[in-house]
Amino acid sequence: MNQGLWVAKTGLDAQQTRMAVVSNNLANVNTTGFKQDRAVFEDLLYQNYRQAGANTSQDTILPSGMNLGTGVRIVATEKIFTQGSVLQTGNTYDVAINGRGFFEILRPSGDSAYTRDGTFRVNDQGELVTSAGFLVQPGITVPDAVESVTIAPDGTVTAKQAGQSSPTQIGSLQIIDFINPAGLQPIGDNLFLETAASGSPQPGTPTQNGLGALNQGALESSNVNVVAELVNMIETQRAYEMNSKAISTNDQMMQYINNNL
Amino acid sequence: MDEMIYVAMTGAKQTEYAQTINSNNLANVNTTGFRADLHAFSSIPVDGPGVETRVNAVVESYGTDFAQAPVANTGRALDFAIRGDGFIAVQAPDGTEAYTRRGDLREHPGGLLTTGAGHLVMGDGGPVALPPYARMMIGEDGTISIQALDQGPETQSIVDRIKLVNPDITRLQKGEDGLFRLPDGEAAPADSSVKITSGSLEQSNVNVAKTLVNMIELARQYEMQVNVIKTSQENADAASQIMRLG
Repeated sequence: MNQGLWVAKTGLDAQQTRMAVVSNNLANVNTTGFKQDRAVFEDLLYQNYRQAGANTSQDTILPSGMNLGTGVRIVATEKIFTQGSVLQTGNTYDVAINGRGFFEILRPSGDSAYTRDGTFRVNDQGELVTSAGFLVQPGITVPDAVESVTIAPDGTVTAKQAGQSSPTQIGSLQIIDFINPAGLQPIGDNLFLETAASGSPQPGTPTQNGLGALNQGALESSNVNVVAELVNMIETQRAYEMNSKAISTNDQMMQYINNNL
Repeated sequence: MDEMIYVAMTGAKQTEYAQTINSNNLANVNTTGFRADLHAFSSIPVDGPGVETRVNAVVESYGTDFAQAPVANTGRALDFAIRGDGFIAVQAPDGTEAYTRRGDLREHPGGLLTTGAGHLVMGDGGPVALPPYARMMIGEDGTISIQALDQGPETQSIVDRIKLVNPDITRLQKGEDGLFRLPDGEAAPADSSVKITSGSLEQSNVNVAKTLVNMIELARQYEMQVNVIKTSQENADAASQIMRLG
């Protein structure tokens, strides 16, 4: 059958997927620690009908051949790990990472996940947990009757209890780095999982070895650039229309031959 | 049987091929660094006895449109676009050196850099591999410098330089994987005059208006070829009418 139809169909498919990626970015424009996705396009294999440079006689060669492209596909959606802006909230247990790194979270299943969302709370045991109630690793327990808790840029957590003159250290927050953060697998709930592509987690002290600094009383907002996403959306919609036009033109060509012969 | 119907059939079939090339350009209107394929028809006379009145039209992919495409700013450290002429050298899956315009790089766990299509990026001596780093930057001439994990921002070290080349575009051919190659596996020398802009990506250079107009033109051309087939059918009908005298 007419190959052009299928080529244009790959265009529609790819644009539709891109629209889903753009919509997801826009939907998460206010999600703490969200990193925007980007759809990566790649042209599909070319089919070689006539090889350029093939001999047409002993002394002559074909100056140009015929290669038919077979369309386009989305080869990957990748996370763009640029820094989101840091917003001051004033909450004691809100922590933003300014720079590289992730917080390690213990999931109920017992394995670790990683996040940039530092909206932490204290549960009924005094333990530091995420807004979903998952434990932050390494575990930090806030004692009773605490007056104030301070989280230093290097992760040191100190608490001043009522009746004490000086604060005492109750633990320290670590952050985890990955060679290729774009290779992490997003699983929703602002969490990422380690994959073979991300490399293994490398724990470190914030502010050291190139890791980011912690910011108490602040949150990292989504890094989605709204204007860029709206432009992407327009571009995707128009490209979708053009490809559907290509389908209808190919269809009309076949209709014409059916009606006239 | 009259050969006219075969000439028209070849024309219609070849127009379909041309429409496929055109549709492929449209499908790749958002592919980073994509270069549009051009097509042209050439006349191939039908050999054989008799007067040379029959000429088939055969489509050729006439080459590639190497015009510069718009550059969009992305702000991502691993994205870069080539300013003006030039190509990025990559290693094709078969180990040979090939050239591309897409500069959306990705880093793999071993530190190897690939393009968004998954081809290894070539440096001064083989594929580029980055050590762990805190920050990295790609300079105007493809030089990659990093701030190592245990160093402050005052210590920058140069890791490698992305191989940028500027071969004669008339000799470049697009392979089945969409990469460009020089004939006979020849490797182009690195060219320091090729300049890049980091934090940006070059988009597809498919000219949308031109491609849509081409699409209409090809559709009409197809209809004309079909009309010739129809006319030759009517001719044959008329001929058999005459034979049925009385």
